[in-house]
Amino acid sequence: MSQPMAKKKKLSLTKRHNLTGWAFLAPAALLIAVMSFYPMIKAFVLSFKSGSTFKTMEWAGFSNYIRMFQDTVFIQSLKNTFIYLIIQVPIMLVLALMLASLLNNKHLRFKGFFRTAIFLPCATSLVSYAIIFRSLFATDGFVNSILTRLGILHTGYGFLTNPTSARIIIVVALIWRWTGYNMVFYLSGLQNIEYSVYEAAKIDGASPIQTFFKITCPLLKPTILLTAIMSTNGTLQLFDESVNLTGGGPANATITMSHYIYNCSFKYVANFGYSAAMSFLVLILVAILAFIQMKVGDKRD
Amino acid sequence: MISKPKKIAQYAILIIFSLFSIFPLFYMVMGATNKSVDVIRGKLLPGTYLVENFKKLVSETDLASAMLNSFKYAILLTFLSLLICSLAGYGFEIYHTKGKDMLMSVILLAMMVPFVATMIPLFELCSKMGLLNSALGFVLPTISTPFLIMMFRQSARSFPHDIIEAARIDGLSEIQIFFRMFIPTMRSTYAAAMTITFMNAWNNYLWPKVIMTNADSQTMPMLVANLTSGYVTDYGELMLAVLLCSLPTIIIFFFLQKSFAEGITGAVK
Repeated sequence: MSQPMAKKKKLSLTKRHNLTGWAFLAPAALLIAVMSFYPMIKAFVLSFKSGSTFKTMEWAGFSNYIRMFQDTVFIQSLKNTFIYLIIQVPIMLVLALMLASLLNNKHLRFKGFFRTAIFLPCATSLVSYAIIFRSLFATDGFVNSILTRLGILHTGYGFLTNPTSARIIIVVALIWRWTGYNMVFYLSGLQNIEYSVYEAAKIDGASPIQTFFKITCPLLKPTILLTAIMSTNGTLQLFDESVNLTGGGPANATITMSHYIYNCSFKYVANFGYSAAMSFLVLILVAILAFIQMKVGDKRD
Repeated sequence: MISKPKKIAQYAILIIFSLFSIFPLFYMVMGATNKSVDVIRGKLLPGTYLVENFKKLVSETDLASAMLNSFKYAILLTFLSLLICSLAGYGFEIYHTKGKDMLMSVILLAMMVPFVATMIPLFELCSKMGLLNSALGFVLPTISTPFLIMMFRQSARSFPHDIIEAARIDGLSEIQIFFRMFIPTMRSTYAAAMTITFMNAWNNYLWPKVIMTNADSQTMPMLVANLTSGYVTDYGELMLAVLLCSLPTIIIFFFLQKSFAEGITGAVK
């Protein structure tokens, strides 16, 4: 008689624990639904409307999407974002990986100093570092003044007013800010690789470069994939640097998608429908690129 | 054994990259103590203009209010975010069922949603609810993040079930177990989550730029960005503002570097 009773009680206890679990995660799940998924769907709906205030929006069919691909500034921002993505992300990840494997050396001296120094840029806010780089490369700024004093230049060079150099400076700034960040991921990944693996490789006569490509890279693959996805995601959403380092200029040569979307909704005459359409394209790009990277990452096994 | 030239090359690479990393910050600190002309001229030694720069900054901007706002928003967000996400992470792991695991994968999808794609509807929501220029408006979109939930779920995995059973026998309720057992045990996870959340909140620029339309609600990054909008830039004053804007995060970085490193890589392990 007591056995079924106990069973029943136990069942209700698991049920109660199950409900407790749902109660614990409900606030967070609801917030994500309301603050992430719901706005996303709303942005999608909004992208088929047009009008300058939320109350006067009217259906506009695909006109926002058609306009997007005829908008030279938007096309330019798309190109710029991809230039940053294709040039900056690989350089940064290779550098980060190289620095991490140098720092993973047991016999290295001043390891703590190097690690802290390279990681340090992460402590500056995005707006701050954008402004520091802007001051360094301004026409009347630090770099120009040093170059003219050394006699290399006669007058200040407009680093930020020439499209190519402005883009290069954004790339350099991004590398400065994020290399250490990615390096930390690799360092923590490398700590999980037994040191004996490296010693065995050494005994077998593997060169450091062979060790790097044959041991470090394959073992770090999940971490490399993760950092690649995160960096891609971050690059597609660049905003602070475009606004504060170059102001998107010269003539939109450095403007990013997020910057242009911001301008179209909050700087120029508001066009929320059009902005929503562009932002939806960013979402689709993030999803596609993450998908491709995961596929590529899976295949190399 | 690594040959000597290779060893030298290794150190050279590390030294060059370290200098590259430190230099802009060194330039910032020196700049804050010098006159604008000297900053441009490339003076890289401490100057005597710090107080002057500070006086100018205080008279031209609303420094105190921006500092206070930034601290207020970041602390509120950190507190709420840690509470809600750790509750959720604990709930997902300790009471895990198939349904909850499925919900977790849906939540992880939210990681892929770029902020620009939700920004406009969020702005509409906040203006309808009268949350423009408010701390609540600042924190609402980012209280609950998939990253933190995942991080706490991972750490709950290492929380011994024996403790839970023992506490239950002692008559503690489920929520009491969370507050009295889980939180104290997971101090290092909380520290890591705290540093990363505080830093992200402090550095956030796009969202406050959207909703903080009043001058007296602006944050430090906004104040710094606005300083460069004039025709003539006072570089000494600007570098001091940049320094003040970075100081809280730099302090956190130096004192909690380990937590910070754990924080950014936290959800991965």
